[in-house]
Parts: sequence; C-alpha cells; structure tokens
Amino acid sequence: MSVSPLLATALVGVGGALGAAGRHAVGLRIEGRRSVLLVNALGSLALGAVSAAPIGSAATLLFGVGFCGAFTTFSSFAVGAVRTASETGVRAAATLAASNLAAALAAFVLGSSLAVAVAG
Amino acid sequence: MDRTPYGFLLVAAGGFLGAVARHAVDAGVAGVLTVAPSGDRLIALGGVPPGAGTLVANVVGSFALGLLLTRASSDRVRLLVGTGALSSFTTYSTFVADAVALGTTAGAGYVAGSYAAGFAAAALGLAVGRRRR
Repeated sequence: MSVSPLLATALVGVGGALGAAGRHAVGLRIEGRRSVLLVNALGSLALGAVSAAPIGSAATLLFGVGFCGAFTTFSSFAVGAVRTASETGVRAAATLAASNLAAALAAFVLGSSLAVAVAG
Repeated sequence: MDRTPYGFLLVAAGGFLGAVARHAVDAGVAGVLTVAPSGDRLIALGGVPPGAGTLVANVVGSFALGLLLTRASSDRVRLLVGTGALSSFTTYSTFVADAVALGTTAGAGYVAGSYAAGFAAAALGLAVGRRRR
C-alpha cells in the first residue's frame, strides 16, 4: 500500500512528536549524557525490530522514521561529546563516542533478530 | 518549565517539525543524488547510497544545536528548538541502520565520516555561539 505525501508527513510528524516527548521524559529522570546513550540504544533496538518486521510503509513512517528517528538523537550526542572533550578530556569523549556506537549497533542487531524470530 | 505539560508540549511540537524536516531532507538529498542535469534534461544516476540524507541532517543539526545551546535566550526556546526540533531532526537509530545496510567497509567509513563531520560541526556551532555578539 502506498502512502500519500500528506499522510506520510503527518505520520512522520506525529511519530516525531511522540519520540521527542519520550526522549524528554527519559532526560528528566537520568543525567544528560547517560540519557542520550540510553535513548540511542533503546531507539536503535526498536528500529532494528521495525526494519526487520513486515509492518508496511505507513507503520514504518510512524514508528521507524518518526518515533525511533526522533527518540534517538545525533546532535545532542555530538554536542555532549565535544563538551566532554573540553571539560574532561579527549579520552572520555572517545569512550562516550565508542560506547554510543557499540550499544546502538548491538541493540539494532538484537532488535532485527528478535523481529525475525517472532515474525519468521 | 521542563517538567510541566507545557514543556512537554513544546518538545513534542518541535519534535513534529524536526522529524518532518529530516524526512524532507532525506527525500531532497535522494532527489539530488538520483538525477543530474545534463544539457536540457535530467539523467538518472546510479542510485542513492543509504545514509546520505541522514548524514546531511546530522551534521547540519549538530552545528545548529551547538549554536542554540550557547545562545538560547529562554527555556521555552531551548525546549522547542533544541530538545524538540534539532534533536529530532538528527537521529542516531537511522544512522546505525544505514551503517549496517552499507556493510562492514563502507559502514565503517560512514560512521567515521559522520562522527568527524558531526563533532566538527558541533564544535563550530559552540565556538560561533560563544563569540561576542
């Protein structure tokens, strides 16, 4: 089923609004850089599942592009890494950068495998 | 402000705009990379590599967030534009999905390039924002 451009925009936007609010809720409970690491890992897990599951293009726009895309963030991560480098040191920033990547990659692969196991 | 329903509303409204803008950038970059002008007509190119649009959004958004966080005049602006729009305009989950889709060698290059360009953009945004107005 193909999705009209207007509906696609609405789906991505609503998913983005929910994803941003969810990320904000996590950020209120957990200190800054750890909360970014957590949302990036959780959102990548969810996107792994969404991209491997046969859910159709409308649901992919809502959950994948909109929700998971907005729940996770690259800009807050990049600003956090640059600030860590200047405040704590380059080594701490490199650890932050590597741990985000490792956690999100592992989570994405796990999410895909889970979706394949459940759907397949 | 951060914990109030109004704060959440600002973040959600920004998130709506940021995600829609990211989707539009993705489509726009795909359009640019798919066809190229040749004389008076467009020719089809080889196709769009995964992650091209996401890379553009992540780098531009990192610069803009660095700038905003040093200049934001109020909590309202920080929540709507920073936590809401710019953080949602950029994405880590799609970045990882694209890296996986590219395979080991190209994916590693994509991650290294995104990190280098994203960190440089964030540092530049922070530096520009801190300069005297």
